[in-house]
Amino acid sequence: MKMKWKGWALAASALLLASGTARAAPTAEMLSDPCAGCHGTYGNSAGTTTPTLANHSKQSLVDAMKKFKSGERPATIMGRIAKGYGDVDFEAMGDFFSKQKFHAANQPFDKKKAARGAELHSSNCARCHLEDGKEGKDASPVMAGQWLDYLKIEMGLYTSGKRKMSDEKKEKVQPLSATDLEALLHYYASVTR
Amino acid sequence: MTMERRDFLKLIGAGVGVGASGALFAQSSGQRVVVVGGGFGGATAAKYLKLKNPGLNVVLIEPNRQYVSCPLSNEVLGGEATIEHLTFGYDGLKKRGVTLVHDTVTAIDPQARKVTVSGGNTFTYDRAIVAPGIDFRWDAIKGYDEAASHAIPHAYKAGAQTTLLANQLKSMKDGGVVIITVPEYPFRCPPGPYERASMIAHYLKHHKPRSKIIILDAKESFSKQGLFMQGWKQHYEGMIEWVSGSKGGEVESVDVATRTVSSAVGNKHPADVLNIIPPQYAGKIAHTTGLVDPKGWCPVNVRTFESTQHPGIHVIGDASMAGAMPRSGYSANSQAKVAAAAVIASLRGVPAGEPSFINACYSMIAPEHGISITNVYMVKDKQLIEVPGAGGISPMDATPEFRKLEVVHAKSWFRNVTTDMFT
Repeated sequence: MKMKWKGWALAASALLLASGTARAAPTAEMLSDPCAGCHGTYGNSAGTTTPTLANHSKQSLVDAMKKFKSGERPATIMGRIAKGYGDVDFEAMGDFFSKQKFHAANQPFDKKKAARGAELHSSNCARCHLEDGKEGKDASPVMAGQWLDYLKIEMGLYTSGKRKMSDEKKEKVQPLSATDLEALLHYYASVTR
Repeated sequence: MTMERRDFLKLIGAGVGVGASGALFAQSSGQRVVVVGGGFGGATAAKYLKLKNPGLNVVLIEPNRQYVSCPLSNEVLGGEATIEHLTFGYDGLKKRGVTLVHDTVTAIDPQARKVTVSGGNTFTYDRAIVAPGIDFRWDAIKGYDEAASHAIPHAYKAGAQTTLLANQLKSMKDGGVVIITVPEYPFRCPPGPYERASMIAHYLKHHKPRSKIIILDAKESFSKQGLFMQGWKQHYEGMIEWVSGSKGGEVESVDVATRTVSSAVGNKHPADVLNIIPPQYAGKIAHTTGLVDPKGWCPVNVRTFESTQHPGIHVIGDASMAGAMPRSGYSANSQAKVAAAAVIASLRGVPAGEPSFINACYSMIAPEHGISITNVYMVKDKQLIEVPGAGGISPMDATPEFRKLEVVHAKSWFRNVTTDMFT
C-alpha cells in the first residue's frame, strides 16, 4: 500500500513538472495580495468600477474566475489575469476573500430609486440574492454595498447579451425596464452592513 | 539552503531555544525593519509589514512629506488630472504605527546593519527594504545635466517637473513643435513616453491644433505600439511622428539655449517645447551602498527580493532587476508584498514562501480611449517569468465601449493602488 501511494505521488509530481504552468503553490494570502492593486486591500475596493471581493462566497468567486478564464464572462483585463491561475489557485483565493470583512462602499445613491428598488428586490431577486443582497445563494454574488458604477457596468453587459444570464436570472431580469433595473441597483448601493 | 542555515544560526546566536515549541514564531516586537523610500514600493512595503505583523518596529525614511504619483501624471499634461489628484501624505501609514522619518538616507552599512540620514541620526535594522526608484544618468546626453532639467524638463519624476512641462505647453504658440526623447531600455514605465505623447496631443488638438509632436526614440519598437499607433491615427491623425533609433531617433546631445536636439546621425531638431527622458539607473543610495551591478541596477533573489550583493537588504521597485516584470507602480506594489512576506518569514526564522506577482499598466490615449497591458508572474528555476498563457495587451479591434471602460478602470486602479499604499 505504502509503495503504491509513493508511486502515485511520484507520478503526480512528474506530471506537474512536465506541464509548463505548474508551480509550487503560493499561500492563499500570497496569491490574493497582488489583487489589491485593483480590488483594494483584502478585497475591499476603493475604486468605483472594480468590485469589492471581500466576504463573497467562495463559490461565487471561484465561479467568476473560471468564467473570466474561459472567456464566458466578458472583461477588459480580468480574463487576461485569470489565465495566470489554475483551479487550485481559484479555490485558495476564493477561500481567502470569502473570509475577509466586507466594508460597504460609502457612495451616494438616489433614495427614491432605492425605495422602488427595494420592492423589486423582494419580488424578483431575493430568492438568490439573500438577506437584502448581503449574501448570495450558491454562486450568486454579494450585491449589498457593492459599487454602483460596477453594478451598472455588469447589468449593462447582461442586458446587452454580452454576459450570459442563467435561465432563472433571465426570467426575473427580462421583464424589468431600464428604469426598474436602475432603481434596483440604487437599492443595493443603499444597503449598508 | 544557505539562507535557512544562516537563519538557524542567527536563532541560536539570539539564544532562542529551537526545542522550545513556538519559539520559531515568537518575538517580533523589538525587531526593526527600515524601509528606504516612500513611493509605490516603499510605502506598500511599510504598510504590509505592519498589516501582517503589527508587532514589528517599522521605520519608513522618505525625504518628502508628500508623494506625487508618476502614474497619471501624463494626464496632468492633457488636462485630465491635477497635481493635487496625484499627491498623497503619510498620515495613514503613521496611523498604522509606521514611524515616519522625513530625511534623506546618506549611507547604509550592510555589515553593521545601520542606516544614516543627512541629519546624522542612525537607525539599526534587522532587515532593510530599499526602494529608491530611479535616478537619471546625467552624463549620458551631452549638454543635458540636472541644471539643464530646470529649463528643459524630463518630467519623469512627477511634481514640479510635471508642472514645468505643462506650463511650457501652455505658453507654446500654435503651430509649435514638441519633441519627446526616449532612451534605450531599461527605463521606468515602458509605455509612459507614448502615453505622454497622446496626452500632449489631446491638449494640443483642442488648444493649438496646428502643432506637432516628434518622438525621437533610441529603440526600434515600443510598448503597446500597435494600440498606440491605432489610437493616434484615430484621434490625432498627422500630429505625432515617431522616429526610431535606426531612422535617426537616437539622441546624442542637447543645446539648452536653442532647445535643439542633435541625433547620433547628425540631424538637428529644434523644438518649441523639449522633453528629454534621459537614460536611467537605480536611485543614488543603491549605488553608494554597493547594491548595483555594473549597469547600475540591483540584482536580487527574485523569490524574496533580497539583494544578491548584500544579505539583509531587499531591493524592490524600479531599482531592482525583476526579470520579466516591467518597471511600474503596480510591479513595485506587488514586489513590496513579496519582500514584506520574505522579511517577516526571515525574522521568524522560517523559509520564505512561494511568491506570486501581478502587473497591470493602463495608458490613456484620449479621455475615452484607454489601453492596458497586464501579466501574472511566478518564479521558476530562480527566474521571475510570466505565467505561460496569461496576460497580454488590450485587443486591437476593441469597441469604443471597451476603450472607455479601460479609462474608468484605470481611474479605479489608481484609487485602489494608492489606497493600498497610503491607508
